[in-house]
Amino acid sequence: MLGYILRRVLAVIPVMVIVAIFVFLLLRLTPGDPAAIIAGDMATPEQLERIRTSLGLSDPLHEQFITWVGLLMQGELGTSLISSTPVTQMIGQRIWPTVNIAVLTILLSVLIAVPMGVLAAWRHRTWVDYAVMTFSVLGFSIPVFVIGYIFIKIFSIELRWFPVQGYVAPTEDFGKFLSRAILPCLTLATIYVALIARMTRASMLEVLGEDYIRTARAKGVKETVVLFRHALSNAAVPIMTIIGTGFALLIGGVVVTESVFNIPGIGRLTVDAILARDYPVIQGMILLTSGLYVLINLLIDLSYTFFDPRIRY
Amino acid sequence: MKFKTRNFDDAPNVLEIEELTVRLAGNETAAPVLDHVSLKIRQGETVCLVGESGSGKSVTSLSVMGLLPKGALVATGGRIGLEGKNLLDLGPQAMRDMRAQKISMIFQEPMTALNPVIRVGDQIEEVLNTHTRLSAKEKKARVLDIMNQVHLPDVERIYRSYPHQLSGGQRQRIMIAMALILEPQLLIADEPTTALDVTTQQQILTLIAELQEKHGTAVLFITHDMGVVAEIADTVHVMKLGKIVEQAPVEQLLRHPQEEYTRELLQAVPSLTPRAARDAPGGEAVLSVSGLQKVYGAHGVFKRSEPTKAATDVNFAIPRGRTLGIVGESGSGKSTVARCIMRLIDPTEGEIRVADHEIATLSRRALQPLRRHIQIVFQDPFRSLNPRWTIGRSLVEGPLNMGTERKAALSRARELLKLVGLPDDAIDRYPHQFSGGQRQRVAIARAIAMEPDVLVADEAVSALDVSVQAQVLDLLDELQQKLGIAILFITHDLRVAAQICDEVVVMQHGRVVEHDSAANVLSAPRHAYTRALIEAAPGRQWDFANFRELQTV
Repeated sequence: MLGYILRRVLAVIPVMVIVAIFVFLLLRLTPGDPAAIIAGDMATPEQLERIRTSLGLSDPLHEQFITWVGLLMQGELGTSLISSTPVTQMIGQRIWPTVNIAVLTILLSVLIAVPMGVLAAWRHRTWVDYAVMTFSVLGFSIPVFVIGYIFIKIFSIELRWFPVQGYVAPTEDFGKFLSRAILPCLTLATIYVALIARMTRASMLEVLGEDYIRTARAKGVKETVVLFRHALSNAAVPIMTIIGTGFALLIGGVVVTESVFNIPGIGRLTVDAILARDYPVIQGMILLTSGLYVLINLLIDLSYTFFDPRIRY
Repeated sequence: MKFKTRNFDDAPNVLEIEELTVRLAGNETAAPVLDHVSLKIRQGETVCLVGESGSGKSVTSLSVMGLLPKGALVATGGRIGLEGKNLLDLGPQAMRDMRAQKISMIFQEPMTALNPVIRVGDQIEEVLNTHTRLSAKEKKARVLDIMNQVHLPDVERIYRSYPHQLSGGQRQRIMIAMALILEPQLLIADEPTTALDVTTQQQILTLIAELQEKHGTAVLFITHDMGVVAEIADTVHVMKLGKIVEQAPVEQLLRHPQEEYTRELLQAVPSLTPRAARDAPGGEAVLSVSGLQKVYGAHGVFKRSEPTKAATDVNFAIPRGRTLGIVGESGSGKSTVARCIMRLIDPTEGEIRVADHEIATLSRRALQPLRRHIQIVFQDPFRSLNPRWTIGRSLVEGPLNMGTERKAALSRARELLKLVGLPDDAIDRYPHQFSGGQRQRVAIARAIAMEPDVLVADEAVSALDVSVQAQVLDLLDELQQKLGIAILFITHDLRVAAQICDEVVVMQHGRVVEHDSAANVLSAPRHAYTRALIEAAPGRQWDFANFRELQTV
């Protein structure tokens, strides 16, 4: 078991090295002189030279890489070209809203979707099943911003239950955080509820046909126990995969929702950086999101061994 | 042969099934799945329910358990009486209370019948959690006690094990422990030993008999194996197409079967007496294997375990037109040998000569044109044919790869279908339109379409009913005579081997322990393992086909 975890963790290293090389080359291989792009049309040759030196662009490529990795190891991602603040600081300010929203969204999705999927599989080919499937198709098909505006219209403007926009950190005031985060989270959750409910249903349908389910029923065990203890634990691996991937996607790209609900998260930071060609920030964001992806995938892999004792690679 | 001759005239009835009718849900016109089935079991009695697949044996048992697949099958008439109650009238909760306390069931596949992600001790304990209010300590004590009663070794360790860490026999013991922990009056055993090796089967049958004796349990035993019936039954019921056609005490049924169907069923049971010896034909062997070895896990980046020797120093040869059988239990290496010969896996060492070509070390590309010399028929005809392809497409694929023209290949396919006893319009149909036996005929036609010198049959009749089994064996024999093919027949079933093989190789732990003519291996076995295999074969002193004791010469 320990050996397995160690092997999985070690396997992360080559992935991260490849990501680092890619991010490093991103700036160097951009067509044209990056310094000229950064300096803009009106720059003087002296300004250009200064930017080149500050980015270390005149050294040989491998030396640049070593310096860059060295700084990276110390948690140094460079300085934004636009605001002149350190990239780490910018990300540090913006990541928590995104992470908090992502965690709450996934929690909501799982709490809604898994029972829905289990119920649909248990009542296969009845109206319950069809209702769940219909909801699932709708959740997939309606664009996020439409759902967002519909929620705002109903719950904020008509019913006045929640504020329209904004963000308060949970550490500051948890109640205010919830009242502001609930609508964006529900908005984001619709597609994940659809996805996870579908996956749960499919996985459960397969498991419910297995012999050991019949054995459990032959023991006189209650249906709820059959469903949640015997079936769901066996159906968990594909469901976990979907949940993990969903979480990773949430961290990376909730741009639309952050815009609709005016949340100062990293989705908007990334978009702003791309529009302003703020290369150090873009590099930092790619490193961060790929690192999170790798970490989440590692956690998903490790969770498999928890759900299924047969998995010992 | 010693049959059970216990008398149950004074014993009270435990289960009374009267005129039970089960139909497809929502379909009143189709023939019923169970048609007025009546049967009773008395305390301490073992009733065997025999019949071919689709005869309604399992539906009967599931009806008693109240586990008929919801929305697919419904009991529409009759009565299932237990303790004066009609089980068909009970609500879901009342029925759940009956299970494990009054009636228990064990199933065919111990590999899949246990939940793979829950420790087996917890799975047994769940029965107590569901039906009793004992303290944690008492529960654990009861579980360990029943685990001892089913003779599991090292119960404390097994208590904490997951199913995949146990052998098939141990898993079936866990199932039995789970079924009997609350001492129910009735135990239903649905083919509980069919998936097990003969020696394990014998142990499990003994165990069930022992526990039955101890607790006075009535047993409804469902099987298709007449050997098992002869060993364990008090009373036998024969089922055909949802009806009970005959019932009698075991000896009477095996000695004086009344119904034509029962006679046919008994006559289809292959005998352990080997086939008459055939002269060894002249000429070179078409398949010869020498020093074959297959080792798993010998190398790898992370060396974790000792390499597993799946096959060690295997030697044999088959001449044209003759059949050699490899017999052994699961894990003996017989299928490994077959796969090496087919080059589905690569042998670690040794030589394989097929029709004068050494193929053990050839590259995939060099091997490709030689593949037509050796073809294989697999065990499960339901999974070895592509369900989306017509029979014709499956049959011509091989010849087309070898460069035959489509038209010629198709007309040859029609001939082949006739040769294996199928109508030639089968060519445009799909596998699901055929029965298991017919599909296995298709699989054989597909193999001989390549005009091979050697046919490998890997447990090719093991999934079939005995009557169909006999037909497929006859077909293989007939094809051998017509086409002169050499057959390598892999089987775990000594009776089948006796019917078709000229020579028999017995394997154990990846090694050949005995290799001789079929007659010598079966009637004068030299190795202890061969003797154990033969002795474990159920009903071996009975000559089923002639309704009498086996006449020893």
